[in-house]
Amino acid sequence: MLQVEGIDVAYGPVPVLRGVSFAVQPGRITCLLGRNGAGKTTTMKAIMGILPLQAGRIMLDGVEVSRLPKHRVAQQGIGYVPQGRRLFADLTVAENLAVGLRTRASGAAVREEVLEIFPRLRERLDQPAQTLSGGEQQMLATARALCIRPKVLLLDEPTEGLQPSMIEAIRQVVVRMRAEGVAVLLVEQRVEAVLSVADDVVFLETGRVVETVPAEALRADPGRLLRRLGV
Amino acid sequence: MEFGPHLMLAVLEGALQAAVLALMASGLSLVFGVMRVVNVAHGEFYMLGAVGAWGVTSFLGISPILGFAAALVVAPVLVGLLAAAVDVTVLKRLSYDPERTIVATIGLLYVLQQATLMTYGADARPVAEPFSARIALPWVEWKDGLQLFWPWGLYTTGYRLFVIAAAVAVLVGLGLVMKHTRLGLMMRATQADGEIAAAFGIPVERVYAMVFGLGAGLAALAGVLIVPITQAHYLMGGDALLMSFIVVIIGGLGSLGGTLVAAVLIGLSEGVISVFFSPTLAKILATLLVAFVLIFRPQGLFGKAAR
Repeated sequence: MLQVEGIDVAYGPVPVLRGVSFAVQPGRITCLLGRNGAGKTTTMKAIMGILPLQAGRIMLDGVEVSRLPKHRVAQQGIGYVPQGRRLFADLTVAENLAVGLRTRASGAAVREEVLEIFPRLRERLDQPAQTLSGGEQQMLATARALCIRPKVLLLDEPTEGLQPSMIEAIRQVVVRMRAEGVAVLLVEQRVEAVLSVADDVVFLETGRVVETVPAEALRADPGRLLRRLGV
Repeated sequence: MEFGPHLMLAVLEGALQAAVLALMASGLSLVFGVMRVVNVAHGEFYMLGAVGAWGVTSFLGISPILGFAAALVVAPVLVGLLAAAVDVTVLKRLSYDPERTIVATIGLLYVLQQATLMTYGADARPVAEPFSARIALPWVEWKDGLQLFWPWGLYTTGYRLFVIAAAVAVLVGLGLVMKHTRLGLMMRATQADGEIAAAFGIPVERVYAMVFGLGAGLAALAGVLIVPITQAHYLMGGDALLMSFIVVIIGGLGSLGGTLVAAVLIGLSEGVISVFFSPTLAKILATLLVAFVLIFRPQGLFGKAAR
């Protein structure tokens, strides 16, 4: 289980997260929701060790990952699909996957599993990542994260700018990861996507957690979600 | 000597310069490409390689070929380790900030230069060529059929050919390491996006130290290779740095392939122009070319435009 416990994060003198706490359970999808600038991406980056904490801690299965050097965070089993994909653009598809595979010394079997989930990538293995379509790039960003055999999977707006068929493909992967016992933390702007997959929802407002609710309650009363987001 | 054989000599001279320049500039380009650090002290690592070669061969006092072979290994390794130490103690503390690292490496330039002056002295000192075989070069002319000539004065030395071959071998090796090894994969991933590379378990700061050491080692190797031809002097890094910047800017900052093409272009043209006109004219033209590249294609011939 991933536990975020009272974390503070700032960009220089500007505080962005203040006392943020929540947990992401194995086999459940937790959605982090909030308006632009609420601190969703910052939370993801803080979990990955990209941004330093000013207070609080982040625990994964009893290990305080926030005390580790940032390159050791992923090695504990946290897979990251960043906003905007951020692939290694000049590297080929195979090399992008290789970076993911070396994180936790995953073998060829993991690569095969991932390529079975995303068969289109198999046809593009020798192609530079920057030459893929937007949907294929998102597949590769997700596949790269799956290559580390994650215990926790962080997805930051994975459906941004994608066509419906691609959105459905990504949704299926997220649901499959949940079925395999992976703890999924999802940042998503599309309300219907949140309602269709989430188990728990954490609302962030100006860097603070204002409410944590089971998604079931929001499905019964979607207006509550819309009011929170001001949609 | 007629024009044809004269041109052949000039091209050989240019190839030698291109080889040494390619080694030196590829180190500078690698450091900028991966770390986004403009290493103003790069020329001093070249100088330290040359001075180190003198030190190793003098200290060992064995046959020139064995002494030089030892220098080829010892000097670049020591310089590489020194650079890695500088990375950890200076550049890392500056968070690899592009502006502050420029200032820091300017400081490093003077520290290394003055430390060398105080210990090694102001004299230029020679290192014996490890082998000095003269190789006469043939020329072909058409006079009542093809005829082979051995024009007087048309020769090179085995050592010059060795320098060209060694540089090519090292650069091919570097290319293979970058493309086909785990270390190369880590370096290229770090170059593409250091933040995300770290998020996938790549120890980015260790990669930086390795790259800075490797870049300095390449410059030092160039210094070792050239010292039997030019002598070791504590100020020899300045010109080499200028030429490396010219090559890297023309090739495209951070583009290893572009750097190699530009090194061949600049090295060959400098060799030819120096032989037929003057070395000063060669430098003027190279500097002009940089100015045109900066005006019309600021990302360099093979670099990518900033997004």
